[in-house]
Amino acid sequence: MTEMRPQDILLPTAAGLCCKPGGFHIDPVRPVARALITHGHSDHARAGHGAVLATRETLDMMRLRYGEDFAGSTQAIAYGEEIRLGDVGVAFHPAGHVLGSAQIAVTCGDTRIVASGDYKEARDPTCAPFELVPCDVFITEATFGLPVFRHGDAANEVKKLLASVALFPERAHLVGAYSLGKAQRVIALLRQQGYDAPIHLHGAMEAITQYYASRGVSLGELRPARGMKKADLAGTITLAPPSATSDLWTRRFPDPVTAFASGWMRVRARARQRGVELPLVISDHADWDGLTATIAATGAGEVWVTHGQEDALVHWCKAQGLRAQPLDLVGYGDEESETALASEAEV
Amino acid sequence: MNRFAELLDRLAYEPGRTNKLRLVTGYFRETSDPDRGYALAALTGALSFKHAKPALIRDLIAARTDPVLFGLSYDYVGDLSETVALMWPKTELIAHNNPPPPTLTEVVARLRTLGKTELPKQLSRWLDELDETGRWALLKLVTGAMRIGVSARLAKTAAAALGDEDPHDVELIWPGLSPPYLDLFAWLEGRGEKPVNRDPAPFRPVMLAHAVENTDFAGMDASDYIAEWKWDGIRVQAVAGRDARGHIVARLYSRSGEDITQSFPDLLPSLHLPGAIDGELLVVREARVQSFNVLQQRLNRKVVSPKLVREFPIHLRAYDLLGDDENDLRELPFEARRKHLETFVEKLGDVRIDLSPTIPFATWDQLTAARANPAAAGAGEDADAVEGVMLKRREAPYLPGRPKGQWWKWKRDPHVIDAVLMYAQRGHGKRSSYYSDYTFGVWTMGESGDELVPVGKAYFGFTDEELLQIDRFVRRNTTEKFGPVRHVVHEPDKGLVLEVAFEGLQRSPRHKSGVAMRFPRISRLRWDKPPREADRLETLERMLKAETAEIEASAVQR
Repeated sequence: MTEMRPQDILLPTAAGLCCKPGGFHIDPVRPVARALITHGHSDHARAGHGAVLATRETLDMMRLRYGEDFAGSTQAIAYGEEIRLGDVGVAFHPAGHVLGSAQIAVTCGDTRIVASGDYKEARDPTCAPFELVPCDVFITEATFGLPVFRHGDAANEVKKLLASVALFPERAHLVGAYSLGKAQRVIALLRQQGYDAPIHLHGAMEAITQYYASRGVSLGELRPARGMKKADLAGTITLAPPSATSDLWTRRFPDPVTAFASGWMRVRARARQRGVELPLVISDHADWDGLTATIAATGAGEVWVTHGQEDALVHWCKAQGLRAQPLDLVGYGDEESETALASEAEV
Repeated sequence: MNRFAELLDRLAYEPGRTNKLRLVTGYFRETSDPDRGYALAALTGALSFKHAKPALIRDLIAARTDPVLFGLSYDYVGDLSETVALMWPKTELIAHNNPPPPTLTEVVARLRTLGKTELPKQLSRWLDELDETGRWALLKLVTGAMRIGVSARLAKTAAAALGDEDPHDVELIWPGLSPPYLDLFAWLEGRGEKPVNRDPAPFRPVMLAHAVENTDFAGMDASDYIAEWKWDGIRVQAVAGRDARGHIVARLYSRSGEDITQSFPDLLPSLHLPGAIDGELLVVREARVQSFNVLQQRLNRKVVSPKLVREFPIHLRAYDLLGDDENDLRELPFEARRKHLETFVEKLGDVRIDLSPTIPFATWDQLTAARANPAAAGAGEDADAVEGVMLKRREAPYLPGRPKGQWWKWKRDPHVIDAVLMYAQRGHGKRSSYYSDYTFGVWTMGESGDELVPVGKAYFGFTDEELLQIDRFVRRNTTEKFGPVRHVVHEPDKGLVLEVAFEGLQRSPRHKSGVAMRFPRISRLRWDKPPREADRLETLERMLKAETAEIEASAVQR
């Protein structure tokens, strides 16, 4: 068998990352015949494809968001299971990003490429831990691809939140968090710190949070914020999509403290721009140290860098003697589009 | 250091004063001596050491990181201290030998004694030992650029709250205290005596006036009151006393008790008799009081050049005497204090200090007329610097704070214009869900006909109900969104006219319109008025002409 070049196996196209020999796209941004989806965030998981292959959780999340008919046909794949598609073998491995998130390993001949989707190596009580998959080419995200991004221990950030709740018992604490993944992680982290009071939810995140609970993620007692008396919300914690924390919706809370759980909160200007009073550095993406350590550990000789701060990461790879290039993929954000939609669900 | 850093971090994001106070008081409660004392010193600007230059910080990071990665990061973050704090690489410290991060006390003590050449090495060591927030706070501290929105006054108020004491009492003893304020905290926690201010020229809490409403006059007898002009300057307390060796020590305090002596060295020789004068700081040229715009050239100056002193000669207009040598006069009625003041000012015999004249009147109607035309009622050429009338009850003792029914201020009516709402921005804190900051404009002739040019920004003056109405209007009439800013429709026949009240105008190269307003606020919503009938820039320019002529005359000389 002749050695194939990596770009013969996976190639960026307008629709997304395309695998010609396997006849599929990974996380396509336009409708395609066969799509492999890494995880449920709306910029990666879109409706309207012919056949969709993904983990059971990712398929369920797509169903929750788009309805039963989101694709022509679906097929669930378990972590570690290997499937033959055309001339390539594919396997899904935990990415540690959100519940059901996967890296997709594509093997053709002797060459293995891992498309990591979004990932983090930090511990997360709401999803399976990131699994290191040795490969020849590693496709990495670069959302936080600058050395200023170091997320630290998320438990400390949650302690910060609880300290603030103790200091301001007459105020409500509103925590902006992406409704898929981040919100549930914050809740789980709060429970790990022993916080056992009911946690309130913005309407837009009720369904997805219930789904997490149904998959065995223990989140304790959850209540809708809707219909609560203003005075009764004093001293409570409510999770809401980020855009809702500065909207009309907040007027039902007594003198709210606005928190935001995001890796972006590391940078003050970003936090201030959003009017955040209590920034919580909690990210579902790998930080700089996580990105560089993972890249090194995969043993890949070549690295393709997508969505985020590609320049710095490519520079770093080259300094390590790795072949590296930015991968020109459009249409992936940092879940911001998802939250804009979510917040419109309840006004 | 890390706990102090956490406090600074939280303060930097907290917009509300009450909550800032809670945070600082909470810190003082949880932190032990002497760390909290040095924190108080840092917040009040009472620490003195040589600050590190940005170039030094750059050198430190250059030695530790890849220059390309630093460049990309600095571009992204935009703040040197923050970039360095965030990307400072973790060092491979040997686990069992990790030194604990330095305490604030250690940092302050080292910085005081450190030689210039030792600084870089020491800073690197600290940066290795601290976490992200700790590094950020350290760099803010050593570069002297704290800027976290906490005034010295707020920090002292937070300390006072620790012992449920009046912040004024802290202000009173403050000049006799020094970091780390062990005696202060001991007193506040009930473990020690109240520290005595041995300062020969201490500050006394200031008496403030209420704004008088038209309905108040019905219950007031004109003969009970003495009236003076309300000067548009800076309220100060000028205190002189004798130190242990019998030398005169003179100090100038702002109305909140901040020592502002250094900004006005030219006034000090005039304070040559022991006493405490309550008065107004003004610029006087050729025996004529200048407007606030002129006085502004003297404010917030770190360096006071001889030229500045010459061109903007400072003057004290005295209206009360709180102490005459050893005697405390504050219990006396105002009328009696006024007599003492007249004698005192005469004894001083200094051209830089004069009496604030009283306005003769027998009825409220007479005073109303004087207020409407100060020039004709005795203020003469100084009328430009008069911003209204003060009413003081003859019998009133000098009481700290804002006691009811003793002193009244009756301000001149503000200037008003009708302007058009152009942009709206979300507020902060409680108002973060409301569009509560408004940029408004007036008409001017542009290249393609009449256009609106922004002339100012206002975020208060309206009632809660009016805020809701404007908020609704903004949301329904947005033409474009730019992050937190919304463009609101502003066409000749579509838009919202705001009546804006303001105290004065200044020429400003920073504004496109070339003018800046002093103290602008929304005084009325003109739903009845179409935007085309709003005011024009020429109106403002006419108002401006008189005011700027005087400043510019001196600017040319410089």
